[in-house]
Amino acid sequence: MIRLAVVSGKGGTGKTMITAALSGLLKGTMVLADCDVDAANLELLLKPSLIKTDPFMGSKTAVIDPARCTGCGKCSDACRFGAIEPAEDTFRVNPVRCEGCAVCVFVCPEEAVALQPRQTGEIRYSETTRGHLVHAGLVPGAGNSGLLVHAVKKTALERDRSCDLFLVDGPPGTGCPLISTVSGMDAVLVVTEPSVSGLHDLERVVAVCRQFRPRIFVAVNRYDLNPALTRDIIEYCKNEKIPVAGTIPFDPAVIDAVRAGRPVTESGESPAAQAIQILAANLYLEVIDLGTGL
Amino acid sequence: MKLAVASGKGGTGKTMVAANLAFTRAWANEPVTLVDCDVEEPNLHLFYPGPAITRDVTIPVPVIDTFRCQHCGACGKFCQYGALTVLPTRVLFFSELCHSCGGCVLVCPDNAISEEPKRIGTLSSASPLPCLTLITGTLDTGDPHAVPVIREAKKKADGSPVAIFDTAPGTSCTVIEALDGCDACILVTESTPFGLHDLKLAAKVAAQMGIPAGVVINRSDGNDELTHRFCAEQNLLPVLLTVPFDREIAAIQSRGDLLCRARPEWQKEFDTLFEQCRGLAREGP
Repeated sequence: MIRLAVVSGKGGTGKTMITAALSGLLKGTMVLADCDVDAANLELLLKPSLIKTDPFMGSKTAVIDPARCTGCGKCSDACRFGAIEPAEDTFRVNPVRCEGCAVCVFVCPEEAVALQPRQTGEIRYSETTRGHLVHAGLVPGAGNSGLLVHAVKKTALERDRSCDLFLVDGPPGTGCPLISTVSGMDAVLVVTEPSVSGLHDLERVVAVCRQFRPRIFVAVNRYDLNPALTRDIIEYCKNEKIPVAGTIPFDPAVIDAVRAGRPVTESGESPAAQAIQILAANLYLEVIDLGTGL
Repeated sequence: MKLAVASGKGGTGKTMVAANLAFTRAWANEPVTLVDCDVEEPNLHLFYPGPAITRDVTIPVPVIDTFRCQHCGACGKFCQYGALTVLPTRVLFFSELCHSCGGCVLVCPDNAISEEPKRIGTLSSASPLPCLTLITGTLDTGDPHAVPVIREAKKKADGSPVAIFDTAPGTSCTVIEALDGCDACILVTESTPFGLHDLKLAAKVAAQMGIPAGVVINRSDGNDELTHRFCAEQNLLPVLLTVPFDREIAAIQSRGDLLCRARPEWQKEFDTLFEQCRGLAREGP
């Protein structure tokens, strides 16, 4: 199985639009995962039908029993996250700040604090026309998105191990959800855009990806909106020996397709659709064909 | 006033909104601190280049005194994150899993654990305009500890009459940390189903935290009925500003310029946006 993740560093460069299009263009059997668990959008383009939902238990949260609490405040003093607040004569835990470290449980002389499991999201296993999709919903405001990404990938790999391709729509940024996404991938496609922010974020996300040693490819989306910066990005890629697998023009057909809830490549021969077909052909040749020896 | 600019979906224009809001404040000679809380991919400094003073951000992590350690395993058993593994002859520490709670120091019966600072990122301060202070938190590449960097960056705005926080996209811990303690927040969205889907999630986060919110629709192509309908259905979620899609505006932004500087007629719009946010903050949740 070849594992390919689509990431970006900067948000909103077109990861999901490109992942959805690639799912229709790359040959072979595949399993898909939406690892942008904070704001999962792949389902809006792939129209999955839900097979199964599993609860996701994030880290535990401390709970104070007000009947036992004497209000000594030792827990509040010891908590490094500022998660324990005074409440009348006793104290209470702010679950948003609590990281479940158990220091309060340890320091409480009255045994009034306990850790309790908390459901912070759910993992959804669905059917699409291109194979199974594993996606997730994080309870808005919950932490542990990196752990949830790990659980999503694990579900996909366990249930659909025999597929030719594991195609992942990644999160923006360079923090724990991104690290969790990139770990174990054979190849990463970084989607960028010609802006000072796009180039800056590309450099940072490449630095993080390299720590996991996947093959790295770049696609420049909306490349014609700033040709000078597109040249800078291509120059950067050349210096870093990163192949540019595709350049996609700005094209109103992309927004029309997103509004219609389908990949832009599904119908019509718009300029963006044609460019993504070339991108898919390059990736197929470089990553899948050579990778599997098919 | 503490004002956050958040979005749910990435790339909707948070940084554009935050940078221009701060520009109009500074232009009106009102002291303002602009804080880049998107520490994984900070971009505000690209719009306000110039000299900056940079220092390290550290978190405390455990160090084991190998002479005192009896390998009893208490620290490994206590650590909720699996950051410490105690073997018969040594202790393995995985700093990327450590949350710096200090629990291992407390539970060690042999006083064998102390703490030392470990660098996770940097904090820079700059004064690109006479009334503007720019604070940039930057997470070291490959480090997962974004939240402590955000916490340190926000502290630098304490005491500033106006603080504007540019947050990371999403709805998880990094966004919560940036929103915590804010008087109002702006949610930036765009005219697509993706934008609306993620706006709904971000609005839920703001409501849960009791922070009054308003919406900016960016890169609008005029087809925003669904967004307007959603906002109207909410209890107080006004659409404060709509910025149209325009190749020239896109070009200004992509080269790292400010809309209010390149097209001064936009200053009035961002002034009004700021006053509306002040109004939201006054009314409270």
